[in-house]
Amino acid sequence: MNIEGLLSASIRYGTPLLFATVGEIITERAGVLNLGLEGLMLMGAFTGFVTAYSTGNLWLAFFLSMVVGALFALIHAFMSITLKVNQVVSGLALTMLGSGLSGILGRAYVGRPAVMFQPVAIPGLASIPIIGPAFFNQDPLVYIGYVLTFFLAWFIFKTKAGLTLRAVGEEPAAADARGINVFLVRYIATLVGGGLTAAGGAYLSLAATSMWMENMTAGRGWIAIALVIFAAWDPIKAMLGSYLFGFIMSLQFRLQATGEVHVSANLLLMLPYLVTLISMVLFSLNENFRKRIGAPSALGVPYSREEKT
Amino acid sequence: MSSTLLEVKGIVKRFPGVLALDGVNFDLKEGEVHTLLGENGAGKTTLMNIIFGLYKPDEGEILFRGKKVHIRSPYHALQLGIGMVQQHFTLVPSFTVAENVSLGTKDPPNKVAAEVKRISKEFGLEVDPYAKIWQLSVGEKQRVEIIKLLYAGAKVVILDEPTAVLTPQETEALFKAIRKMTAQGTGVIFISHKLNEVMEISDRVTVLRKGKVIGTLKRGEFDQNKLAQMMVGREVVMKIEREKAKPGDLVIRVDNVYAKSDKGHLALDGISFEIRAGEILGIAGVAGNGQRELAEVITGLRKVESGKIEFAGKDITNSSVMDRILAGIAYIPQDRKGVALSPNLSVAENLFLRRKERKIWFNKASIYEHARRYIEEYKIKTPSPATAVKYLSGGNMQKVVIAREFSLEPKLIIAVHPTRGLDVASMEFVYRSLIKARDEGVAVLLLAGELYEIFNLSDRVGVIYEGKIVGYTTPDPSPENVEKIGLMMAGVAV
Repeated sequence: MNIEGLLSASIRYGTPLLFATVGEIITERAGVLNLGLEGLMLMGAFTGFVTAYSTGNLWLAFFLSMVVGALFALIHAFMSITLKVNQVVSGLALTMLGSGLSGILGRAYVGRPAVMFQPVAIPGLASIPIIGPAFFNQDPLVYIGYVLTFFLAWFIFKTKAGLTLRAVGEEPAAADARGINVFLVRYIATLVGGGLTAAGGAYLSLAATSMWMENMTAGRGWIAIALVIFAAWDPIKAMLGSYLFGFIMSLQFRLQATGEVHVSANLLLMLPYLVTLISMVLFSLNENFRKRIGAPSALGVPYSREEKT
Repeated sequence: MSSTLLEVKGIVKRFPGVLALDGVNFDLKEGEVHTLLGENGAGKTTLMNIIFGLYKPDEGEILFRGKKVHIRSPYHALQLGIGMVQQHFTLVPSFTVAENVSLGTKDPPNKVAAEVKRISKEFGLEVDPYAKIWQLSVGEKQRVEIIKLLYAGAKVVILDEPTAVLTPQETEALFKAIRKMTAQGTGVIFISHKLNEVMEISDRVTVLRKGKVIGTLKRGEFDQNKLAQMMVGREVVMKIEREKAKPGDLVIRVDNVYAKSDKGHLALDGISFEIRAGEILGIAGVAGNGQRELAEVITGLRKVESGKIEFAGKDITNSSVMDRILAGIAYIPQDRKGVALSPNLSVAENLFLRRKERKIWFNKASIYEHARRYIEEYKIKTPSPATAVKYLSGGNMQKVVIAREFSLEPKLIIAVHPTRGLDVASMEFVYRSLIKARDEGVAVLLLAGELYEIFNLSDRVGVIYEGKIVGYTTPDPSPENVEKIGLMMAGVAV
């Protein structure tokens, strides 16, 4: 088997997961649980494709998909932050809305080819054996993923604004008492998270393929939700997790394609979910660990000043 | 004459169906400790929430340094220079002390750390600026809250029942810090029901009752009896008369029991004691030293790692909760609304919850009949037996718990902080109920943080520290004995 090809594919499979996972990390760090990732990714993939198909402008397509993702996330923000409805229900509704809407609107576009992002080799780095072609001969969105991850890690853990974000997700009452606008921070985090998640979806129709298919995300939104926990709300770990899952996914396709290994495809498809389940069990075994890494303890809990005492 | 920092005039606050504050006047001068004293529901917290910007008053005005202000939010209050340490701390557990202090300010945490060090040294509020909040003790967290206010430059510091969670030694340290703050001109509003502390720290005391100011007294004008009387409107017999205990047969023997806390560390570290029929063993200790776990181990709610519990001559170490109830173990938990009662169920249903007879069908009329009997006997103030328990006052909720538990005709009663949050009249009721049970030959295990409660009720006093009984003493409220207990509570061997 071709190791370079396998690694390279792992990165490409991992990138949509990476965008969605870091997006959800931002949202959850502010204490908002958004289970609508699958719907957001589909809307992103759809918007991206339609824009690319009709204008041929890939960057405009990528940008618009983020805008649409943010607008969709606004629905969730309004429901869960302002109306304080159950965030699980609101998130699930978003998933159904996204898959339904993209399915209906996208029917006319199924099977039509459009333009797609092409790999750009980074001079020097791309010529490193094995690693070079895998990591540095990719499309521009993969590189954006690298930069974004390190930027977000720095933002969350090293800046004042990141401190504010984490405070809002952990002890909104404490943040409120210090004059931080909890609602505003949560709105921004949910919108930014939604935009990034939709960008992950757009990767599927703009870089991984150049076409639109109904439900083309195929459960990646759910994997991203699990990855957030797996990554312990840390963008760097999210990157490792996303590429690991990308590796598992590409390995599974290759094993199927080669026919060398006689394992049921269903079993292989199960692998990412199994890893998720195990990581969640390991994670919840140690409550002290959760506290130490700062798992957002107000996650999924609407903030209300009156109910505080 | 020092100048007035804060003045509230004619404050009226109505909640649906309740007049919470009825024309309250209150003022705070520079460099003084002004205590706000009152029973639960007297309006203390409502008044503070208005000053702190959480509620808007319906009538009346607030003057800060002589200027009229409308306080919109806690943050606005803090910007003016009014800060409050609430009973529930508002700290982010995974952040360091410095990060918590820097929250909402423009200053980066490392710059804040140096300032935190300076403040903590100056006021004797010792705390490491780089420690994470979750690593700190309750007393330390409280210090962080105070440092936060001082860092923000608060000139008015409101402390809402700050000593409820402290050891006597920590309380002393807090009082020293308060004195240093007032020496610099900061005004402190101190909220407490502990009269001895109020006596010690206050320059002035304002007593609130049912939303009205009963009076404001200067140091030298007040004494404990007078304050207690103003607070409840009548002379309270806080010294409960009781006869000497006549201990009978051994009821419970806890032998070298080990148990883990929810977080998995050792909460009971080889604890042993015995209680006989007709005596009250009071266990004093700072909250979080294994009291809750001890109660849960005896009631069967928590697993014993090793050791033995004998009840009425039988080994019950591994018995089910139901078997223990049937054997005669009654439980008055600390958490009234969660563990003791089901808040949304009616008074009648709550009273029925732990009855001994087990039937598949029950007759609604008989439940109400049963409930009416107890409502009358225990003088539970409720509109009807069908009223949800959550609408009752704390004192009446506790009466429901006591009525239900006593109806089991127990041999052992475990009472954990049985009067926490209750007003004086309800407190007295709880005390009398427990002593009556003792006189009828019930063994009582009392777990309480308040020493006066221990002294008022106990026949013997044990002190718990880190999951062990570190020593026994008599229920003698002399200063020497209090000091001895205080030292044991703080883990200092005597």
